[in-house]
Amino acid sequence: MAAIDVHGLRKSYGDVEAVAGIDLTVADGEVFALLGPNGAGKTTTVEILEGYRPRTAGDVSVLGFDPARRDRKMRERIGIVLQSAGVEAYLTVAEVVDLYRGYYPHPRDRDELLALVGLEDRPRARVGTLSGGQRRRLDVAVGLAGDPDLVFLDEPTTGFDPGARRHAWEVVRGLAALGKTILLTTHFMDEAQVLADRLAVMVGGRIVAEGTLGEIVARGSQETTIRFRLPSVAPALPGDLPAQREDGGAWEIRTADPVRVLHRLTGWAIDTGVDLLDLAASKPTLEDTYLALTGQAPERAEPSPA
Amino acid sequence: MTELRLLVRQIRYENRAFWRNPAAAFFTFAFPLIFMFVFNAIFGGQAMGSGQSAAAFFTPAIVCFSIVNACYTNLAMSVSLARDEGILKRIMGTPLPAWIYLMARIGQSVLIGLVLVAIVSAFGAIAYGVPVPWGRLPELVLVLAIGSACFCALGLAVSGLIPNARAAPAVVNATILPLLFISDVFIPLQDDNTLARIGSVFPVRHLAEALQSIWTPDFSGALDPIHLLWLLGWAIAGLALAMRTFSWDPRV
Repeated sequence: MAAIDVHGLRKSYGDVEAVAGIDLTVADGEVFALLGPNGAGKTTTVEILEGYRPRTAGDVSVLGFDPARRDRKMRERIGIVLQSAGVEAYLTVAEVVDLYRGYYPHPRDRDELLALVGLEDRPRARVGTLSGGQRRRLDVAVGLAGDPDLVFLDEPTTGFDPGARRHAWEVVRGLAALGKTILLTTHFMDEAQVLADRLAVMVGGRIVAEGTLGEIVARGSQETTIRFRLPSVAPALPGDLPAQREDGGAWEIRTADPVRVLHRLTGWAIDTGVDLLDLAASKPTLEDTYLALTGQAPERAEPSPA
Repeated sequence: MTELRLLVRQIRYENRAFWRNPAAAFFTFAFPLIFMFVFNAIFGGQAMGSGQSAAAFFTPAIVCFSIVNACYTNLAMSVSLARDEGILKRIMGTPLPAWIYLMARIGQSVLIGLVLVAIVSAFGAIAYGVPVPWGRLPELVLVLAIGSACFCALGLAVSGLIPNARAAPAVVNATILPLLFISDVFIPLQDDNTLARIGSVFPVRHLAEALQSIWTPDFSGALDPIHLLWLLGWAIAGLALAMRTFSWDPRV
């Protein structure tokens, strides 16, 4: 059975449709990433799955439960790491972890939890004295206190420095290795790439792409980008090259037929004796695919009439 | 049984956190004791409105203030803070039933209130010779129970009305301080005073009067049930309002 099964999920606030009909399946033991820019509806979706918000329409099943019914049995089996949620600042790390462990029928061992998130040497520290990164680790430890089958991680590394991110990734990988199902939201493509078995890209309340990373990249644009600069004094480019000027003064050509275009470009350069500075041809990166999917790519101007 | 154990456990943790927070411990706990000392120092020896000594007036008055402070002020502030810090939201995501969490906060507040009542009574007896009304313990327990229930309900209701935790002290003090002045807590007023009449519409004065009648020097003052009815009415209104305004979502 799928850990999460969603069909036709909608959520409106008045006239605004935050989630505009999405389907989603997360298999048991899978690490699934919900990717998208801020305001895409990721957090709303996840909060519906966690049981925080009622939905407007659609069918939702989480571990076989309808989260809207707020079943205690469901909450015993899920772990939630919210984007920003406080804990009692005057308790110690160990006390907080113990407090939350006490809510669950089969809690995870406290020392194991602290070791898992790398707080094993600070059990007696007051929560109020922890650094931001340590607070976040405590968040994760508290989310895992009940040894959940399904873990929700809402933007687990936002605001982390690179070292802390790497550590957080290790933790998520460790959870995955234990067979936990993980649903994480992120706006970092590389994070999804490193962690997720499958992912969905959400924009404006809809899922615009879903599958493994390879599938999503393959479905995206395959155009090669050719970039170069021209010396300050140079003849106009041939009119049949769809080149356009970028902000920095460099030229860019996007083409599905890079061999022919490069031949034409370099031929022209040799014929006219113009130097093509910094000439480079590149396939779309993950970032390009993501930006194209989420409509954040810079608007392309009409090809310059040369 | 497990529910009860969870509740007791939660109260223990809330209590531990409370005492480690210097601001909470000071304003909730030390405040009434300081007020009692200061009022007695200022008014000591003078006869108050109804002819009783300052100490005889201020002992039940500060008992009233203790309940209001622990249940209303402390609960309203700490719950709105917990809401905006996301603690309530986090709790909502765990199997702990919401009512246990809220009852724990209420229970912890009432506990603080009762400890204060005991200290104020003892302080009144030892330092100012105001005898503890042992003979009227059942009535006292009844008044304290209804009074705490009333101010806890109102505290929860007002926490729901507080736009964000930064505004909490302003909202809470603006609603309670004027009442403390016109409700025979900080200053005794004549019954026909206009402000006293206004105060009679609100619950503070009724708790104060009920406690004054228990602490009368010869313990003969009759407890007028009308005070309890007013407190109960406000308790129900507070609960109804709390159920409408309460939310788990941080308001930042």
